[in-house]
Amino acid sequence: MIEKDRPILETRELSKRFSIGTRFSSQGRRTVHAVDNVSLTVQHGETVGLVGESGCGKSTLARCLVRLYDITDGQLLFEGDDITAKSLAELRPFRRRLQMVFQDPSASLNPRRRVGDLVAEPLRIHTKLSSREITKRVAELFDLVGLLPDHVMRYPHEFSGGQRQRVGIARAIALNPDLVVLDEPVSALDVSVQAQIVNLLADLQEKLKLTYIFIAHDLSVVRQVSTRIAVMYLGSIVEEGPAEELFATPAHPYSQALISAVPVVETTPSGQRRRIILTGDVPSPLNPPSGCRFHPRCPIAVDKCRVERPALTEHRSGRRIACHFPTLK
Amino acid sequence: MMLSVRDLRVSFRTHEGLVRAIDGVSFDLKEGEILGVVGESGSGKTVSLLAVMGLITDPNAVIEGSIRYRERELVGLPARELRRLRGSEIAMIFQDPMTALTPVYTIGWQIAEQIRAHKRISKSQALERVEELLAEVNFPNPREAMSRYPHQLSGGMRQRAVIAMALSCNPALLVADEPTTALDVTVQAGILDLVRKLRATHNSAVVFITHDMGVVSELADRVMVMYAGRVVERGSRTELFSDPQHPYTRALLGSIPPLTGEKPHRLPAIPGSPPSLLRLPEGCAFGPRCPVNYEPCRAGKPVLGDGNHAAACFRVQA
Ligand SMILES: Nc1ncnc2c1ncn2[C@@H]1O[C@H](COP(=O)(O)OP(=O)(O)O)[C@@H](O)[C@H]1O
Ligand SMILES: Nc1ncnc2c1ncn2[C@@H]1O[C@H](COP(=O)(O)OP(=O)(O)O)[C@@H](O)[C@H]1O
Ligand code: SF4
Ligand SMILES: [Mg+2]
Ligand SMILES: [Mg+2]
Repeated sequence: MIEKDRPILETRELSKRFSIGTRFSSQGRRTVHAVDNVSLTVQHGETVGLVGESGCGKSTLARCLVRLYDITDGQLLFEGDDITAKSLAELRPFRRRLQMVFQDPSASLNPRRRVGDLVAEPLRIHTKLSSREITKRVAELFDLVGLLPDHVMRYPHEFSGGQRQRVGIARAIALNPDLVVLDEPVSALDVSVQAQIVNLLADLQEKLKLTYIFIAHDLSVVRQVSTRIAVMYLGSIVEEGPAEELFATPAHPYSQALISAVPVVETTPSGQRRRIILTGDVPSPLNPPSGCRFHPRCPIAVDKCRVERPALTEHRSGRRIACHFPTLK
Repeated sequence: MMLSVRDLRVSFRTHEGLVRAIDGVSFDLKEGEILGVVGESGSGKTVSLLAVMGLITDPNAVIEGSIRYRERELVGLPARELRRLRGSEIAMIFQDPMTALTPVYTIGWQIAEQIRAHKRISKSQALERVEELLAEVNFPNPREAMSRYPHQLSGGMRQRAVIAMALSCNPALLVADEPTTALDVTVQAGILDLVRKLRATHNSAVVFITHDMGVVSELADRVMVMYAGRVVERGSRTELFSDPQHPYTRALLGSIPPLTGEKPHRLPAIPGSPPSLLRLPEGCAFGPRCPVNYEPCRAGKPVLGDGNHAAACFRVQA
């Protein structure tokens, strides 16, 4: 198992820019810096959680990682192989091992096809299994994700949201992937159903030795499933570290504000936590601020922050922070 | 009592059958009180409050029960009177701020018009008031914001503009239907602060609908938990969160992953999913998902008793 020694996935200064507008529009062509210089290493078997306000680039990064998007700058390595610029044909052997699950399972499931058929589809396209073997594998997958055998004949609309997400997950694991990128997989589900899916994902990870990259806007869900968390702001990672440690002692002022804003159930009225309320909105990635990109909203910003962009630096083992004045405890 | 709702029932005739969206909801609201209404999607939060506001327009809807607002019965009141009440004493904000805004006019113009619809003041006086209101809801530069169109503002700013609009009539009652659900937690924190401020400065009563237990626990004085068109538990915030009674409330609270402390290896999950209102189970609607579910639960529907803290559950009442 030499493979386990090197990271399963690695990005080196990865950037993704979108060009919007036309030369003929009033503002001309403009560039959205959706993902900006992200260097992230993912080890076998871990779950890396990505958090940050909407628009900070989580989905764009996720799509770059599975090469649904072309990468503008930087590198993407899968088990040491540079797959940044591989063609569709060259990507085929990697595609199977890199899968993605989306927020809205109904949007990614063809409503006119039976769910058994939908789960069989990747097997038909990517493997040489006989139709009998495929039927057997589909039954196995249904069992794995907690659907009943006779569910294969149903259509997506005959399912609840939670069951549809189980179908989406069955499809994603059909080809025995190594890495699954989950973009808001529980956000569209009823609160009472979210925990079922979170538990299912944990079970599958253990059984199938999966590595996850997990995106959700519910921070307590991300903390629950992740071993490590990267906090993103305007396309870049501003802090990264072990999940529980980062939540207990966030060092970047943005991580502190984000975590403090999560409403939690308090059983005693006196138990109110200190809350940092950020003023102003997230600036546009069309025109990011100078210096530290968080400075216009940062409660502790000084002149240096307005001019000099702090690099993401390792402060202690496993904790990287991009701030001139991190709170180190 | 400012608002007393008794045995409210709302059903919709559909081609698949009768949907009993609200099946006997009763609650009271005092002046200056914040009531949190919490439940999953489809549990009947929106429909019950739309019924209270007289805003259900579906011709297939059947509304029964009694809604008394400041000693007046609202059920059966002419639409014109209801509209007057909504504009002057009762304000509403929704999940999508664009429900209350028009894309083609500036924010300043829209709020000024709203003020002038209910108060005889000049245009310039109204605009001055708009500037004050936008400052009150924390626009860093209110004068500049007035000249903006809704699409030029972020979701959080639009929602604040709608709150400013709601404040313009000094509402005695504010009904907020998931106003922060589409927003980031950072922006939500600011909006929740505004709601608290509104109560503190104007003594407005607030009905705040959400599916987020954390939001209710931070904001509400009293809480009402809904499931499948009924209220399953009611109590003060402290009662409800430190001593939850109904198996659904307990299970829901238990399934929320903690933000601090040790992580459970597995989350205590609730099996199954919320029932379809067209095919409600016999007896207690939560029965099939309930860890208790014993004989009485299948025989009849549990009712919410009297008292400040009550749960519609046979086991609790036994
Ligand atoms: N296809 C696209 N074209 C132009 N801009 C885009 C596109 N996709 C995303 N963006 C922009 O990139 C930024 C990051 O978006 P996204 O990755 O969706 O953020 P998140 O998932 O964190 O909410 C946003 O400003 C968004 O508007
Ligand atoms: N016009 C309508 N016709 C038929 N059913 C409706 C109508 N409006 C709402 N419902 C149903 O009433 C139930 C309660 O809905 P709602 O109050 O919107 O739930 P919540 O706000 O708690 O998510 C849902 O099952 C919904 O499908
Ligand atoms: S009445 Fe019975 S089934 Fe319903 S919640 Fe109580 S114990 Fe559970
Ligand atoms: Mg996204
Ligand atoms: Mg609703």
